[in-house]
Amino acid sequence: MVAKFKREYGSGIEPLTYVGQNYMVVDRSLIPEILQRLRDEEQFDYCVDLTAVHYPKREKQFDVVWVLYSFSRNERMRVKTQIADGESLSSSVSIWPTTNWLEREVFDMFGIKFDGHPDLKRILLPEGWKGYPLRKDYNILQQDSEWVQINLGIESGQ
Amino acid sequence: MTDSKTFSPLDLDTPEKPYLDANELVINMGPQHPATHGVLRVILRLDGEKVLGLECVIGYLHRGVEKIAENRTYTMFNPYVDRMDYVAAVSNGLGYCEAVEKLLNVEAPPRAQYIRVILTELNRIASHQLWLGTHALDIGAITPLFYTFRDREEILKIFEKYCGARLTTHAFRIGGLQYETYNGFEQDVKNFISFFKPKIDEYEELLTTNRIWLERTKGVGVISGKDCIALGVTGPVLRASGVKWDIRKAQPYANYKNFEFEIPTGASGDTYDRYMVRMIEMRQSVRILEQAVAGIPEGPIMAKVPKVMKPPVGEVYHSIEAPKGELGYFIVSDGSTQPYRVRVRPPSFVNLQALDLMCRGQLVADVIAVIGTLDIVLGEVDR
Repeated sequence: MVAKFKREYGSGIEPLTYVGQNYMVVDRSLIPEILQRLRDEEQFDYCVDLTAVHYPKREKQFDVVWVLYSFSRNERMRVKTQIADGESLSSSVSIWPTTNWLEREVFDMFGIKFDGHPDLKRILLPEGWKGYPLRKDYNILQQDSEWVQINLGIESGQ
Repeated sequence: MTDSKTFSPLDLDTPEKPYLDANELVINMGPQHPATHGVLRVILRLDGEKVLGLECVIGYLHRGVEKIAENRTYTMFNPYVDRMDYVAAVSNGLGYCEAVEKLLNVEAPPRAQYIRVILTELNRIASHQLWLGTHALDIGAITPLFYTFRDREEILKIFEKYCGARLTTHAFRIGGLQYETYNGFEQDVKNFISFFKPKIDEYEELLTTNRIWLERTKGVGVISGKDCIALGVTGPVLRASGVKWDIRKAQPYANYKNFEFEIPTGASGDTYDRYMVRMIEMRQSVRILEQAVAGIPEGPIMAKVPKVMKPPVGEVYHSIEAPKGELGYFIVSDGSTQPYRVRVRPPSFVNLQALDLMCRGQLVADVIAVIGTLDIVLGEVDR
């Protein structure tokens, strides 16, 4: 399967394996097509997880990772892509409805936007919170003290 | 997906009709509500008593577990995972330890594997007991709560004797176990098995053919297997909708491949089927316990792991079948002592997303039943 994709897309796809787990690094422009094909043609009908990793020193700062599973093949696959800060990805809610909340969480924690998401807003943090906590430049003790003072009426949440 | 409109967000800000003339009513349930099992807020859109749609507002218990992980060493982060799904802390620890073990390329010794399975299955029973008690209480049956809490106590006693803690056990270490079993551990587990077997019959006697229970659960909160997969719903909810999938069988971890057990499935995907699936799961857990306690091998309980853990650069995704569904850990290592990124794939968070679909067309009282049957723990939803 991966070999077939590799033949078709050439340098856009890099299939890799680590500790026995398969994943592929896919060019950002190919992401919507690859995800759609993985579900339709390769039976990856269950999107297990969607998350991101922040590398502030890289030019393309974020890794976005989809963890997929296929019931008929009993096989896992990860799809990974790199995007720069401010770039957006197309939403995969129409492919896997489960990514609705997962994309909201990635947006909440990293500030990555998903085009075409039906309701992209913060999910775990309150509306109006400033900053994206899982970015590496967000200190662990940092908080939106303005939000805390206005909404909770206390000096600091710590 | 049956209906694409199903997943469109609620447009709460622009009601089509002015409030007083409207037939639609928007009410707020929670976050302080005894039947939402923690701090879950649900905004319901109602037509009379019928639910037209709902929106979950979560995050009240958000503690930034994933951020904490990046600022702790691999060992230091281990106790934190207990605080996510705090009624199944042992399962959380198992998933985390195994994920890091994969990164380090070590494997826990056979004796440790057996004890891990025993404690995890005991925890699965404890989690299902807590679910059953509170779920039945929400629907109006008070007695099961006393029965299940009474019997859950026996499991917690074993945990306490083994590692000193009852709830947030921190039972496992990366590479195996810290504590050897205490004298009489095996006998305690055997005693529990013979004690607990008739108790499941007792629970079932109270509920399985109870007229009120049937009326309140049959045909309530129906979800199809196809919708479950599309929404990423796993665990007993998925199995009750007829999909025979359990990670313990599909992609065995620990040493589950050594044990014989069945995966129960339901046919209609309603609240009653989910109840039956979990009841049978408890019986199957007892079966695993019987086999495991009879076969604990002698040997070391800890693999050789370096004192300062520095997994090689790389990433791993490892998931286990927690009592609530697929619990996954995605860990990225940059070769240092601290994980570069730990992502937890919580079953409760993903399962909760199905609440909207399952409640549409139901009555307000059924929302309570559906929240109960999803078996969510807010500590895990919000992390």
